[in-house]
Amino acid sequence: MSKSKIERLFDQGEFVVSCEIGPPKSTDAEVIREYARMLKNHVDAANLTDCQTAIVRISSIASAWHCLEEGLEPIIQMTCRDRNRIAMQSDLLGAYSMGIRNILCLSGDHQKFGNHPTAKNVHDLDSMQLVNMVKRMKDEEEFCCGEKFKNHAPKDFFVGAVANPFADPFEWRVARLEKKIAAGARFIQTQCIFDTDRFVKFMDMVKERGLHKKCKIMAGVTPIKALGAAKYMKNNVAGITVPDELITRLEAANKAGGKDAVREEGIQICIEQIKMFKEIEGVAGVHIMAIAWEELVPRLVEESGLYPRPALKE
Amino acid sequence: MIIAEQKPMETIEEFIKDYKKVLFLGCAGCVTVCLAGGEKETDLLATSLRMKRELEGNPLETVTYTATRQCDPEYVDGIANYVEDVDCVVSLACGVGVQFVAEKYRNKIVFPALNTKFAGGTVEHGVWEERCGLCGDCILHKTGGICPIIRCSKSILNGPCGGSQDGVCEISKDVPCAWHLIVEHMKELGRLDMLMEVQPPKDWSTSRDGGPRKVVREDVKIDE
Ligand code: SF4
Ligand code: SF4
Repeated sequence: MSKSKIERLFDQGEFVVSCEIGPPKSTDAEVIREYARMLKNHVDAANLTDCQTAIVRISSIASAWHCLEEGLEPIIQMTCRDRNRIAMQSDLLGAYSMGIRNILCLSGDHQKFGNHPTAKNVHDLDSMQLVNMVKRMKDEEEFCCGEKFKNHAPKDFFVGAVANPFADPFEWRVARLEKKIAAGARFIQTQCIFDTDRFVKFMDMVKERGLHKKCKIMAGVTPIKALGAAKYMKNNVAGITVPDELITRLEAANKAGGKDAVREEGIQICIEQIKMFKEIEGVAGVHIMAIAWEELVPRLVEESGLYPRPALKE
Repeated sequence: MIIAEQKPMETIEEFIKDYKKVLFLGCAGCVTVCLAGGEKETDLLATSLRMKRELEGNPLETVTYTATRQCDPEYVDGIANYVEDVDCVVSLACGVGVQFVAEKYRNKIVFPALNTKFAGGTVEHGVWEERCGLCGDCILHKTGGICPIIRCSKSILNGPCGGSQDGVCEISKDVPCAWHLIVEHMKELGRLDMLMEVQPPKDWSTSRDGGPRKVVREDVKIDE
């Protein structure tokens, strides 16, 4: 079987576009398939979240399979919250056997946020160790315990991780990114960026250490849908900072034209950001997180000049 | 020490509602220090329940005793005469004490009066904090003396995660991010370099995950 499509696109030097699909809280796979059909020409790959915010949903791997069937390249997310190293490796083998190549390793939101706050969590590995485990499975062809694969190692996994330039301590963020790259991360998706100044500072530090040459960094963007959402994220979501200027812009839009104007302003801000990130040296792609607003993604991609998507050369 | 907290009075009341004569058994160890199951708390609990039952017209006879340590057979053996003539025992020890008593006096039901919480210490009078997850393979020398196993909400060994902001953990503004503390402390020590090493997966077999644990010191065992 072949290498990941986004890995090959990166190798080709393309500016890669990914987005996120939140699987449903039911058995209705048609939801995923519909999104897949809608998005497949506009993005190069889509993340399938792994019980995002600790809410039970169709599993990331099963969702990814539906995407594959519809012709959309999947990136499975895997959190450390719910499985130990045995279950993770087993799921990884299964995913690979279905043709899934991209894996994004995360620690996962604490179960306190989800619909089963009294659950027992696992955290056998942390995200860094998960990255390293997948890297060893693919490169050294060995399991976490050191036992070698006799055959059919998942050699073509493309290992990703996340970085949050807005978490603290700030200076340590770049050091931790360096550590993740050392552990084996080949691509990085960042937390959604609203504070562009801080992101630019982050990227400067990244470039100082030459990290952008060692791995592909995709800037995370989220279109803001409503003023309330922006304020909520500013005050309540750990690891996300929303600058005052942005709130001011949305407030002005609200005054001028109410809800619809705010939506439109949110879209414009997002397009501006994508265009800006495309020009920053070291940024190799964007990752659009429009959870519960997936239908907006094609428009964002088109209006920021990223459409049509490049083809694979061969 | 072990930190414990008394169960709600109603729960304990419910435990013993059908018994007439009950031994309230305190412990002079950890639970005395954390003000959950010492002599004072034992007397108070027994008295309150007795008075309540009196008012309800279902009188309760109480016996109280505080053992030096319920987690030590030597002291558990010594209470035989108290246990003998009661209908049941309410132990105000940690879970270990309750088990030692139940194991010794097999014909009596033993109710736990406390919820055994964690291994921690007193940070100010009336405030106790968890500091150790009893993992059986201590790594505090690598983390500036701050335990990520138990003080990081996700037991991350290569932190902090993306939820760390302004020094607090994503789970609550009242919970300090252990990894923020670790980074700050290592910075003070001038040893941030130590945190750059990728910590491998932990061997949890020394922890509860390896089954119940045992420590044997051959050198201090008394052979008969
Ligand atoms: S590393 Fe293990 S033994 Fe050391 S403080 Fe943490 S949980 Fe306790
Ligand atoms: S915020 Fe800090 S303490 Fe909380 S889970 Fe993340 S690293 Fe651990």
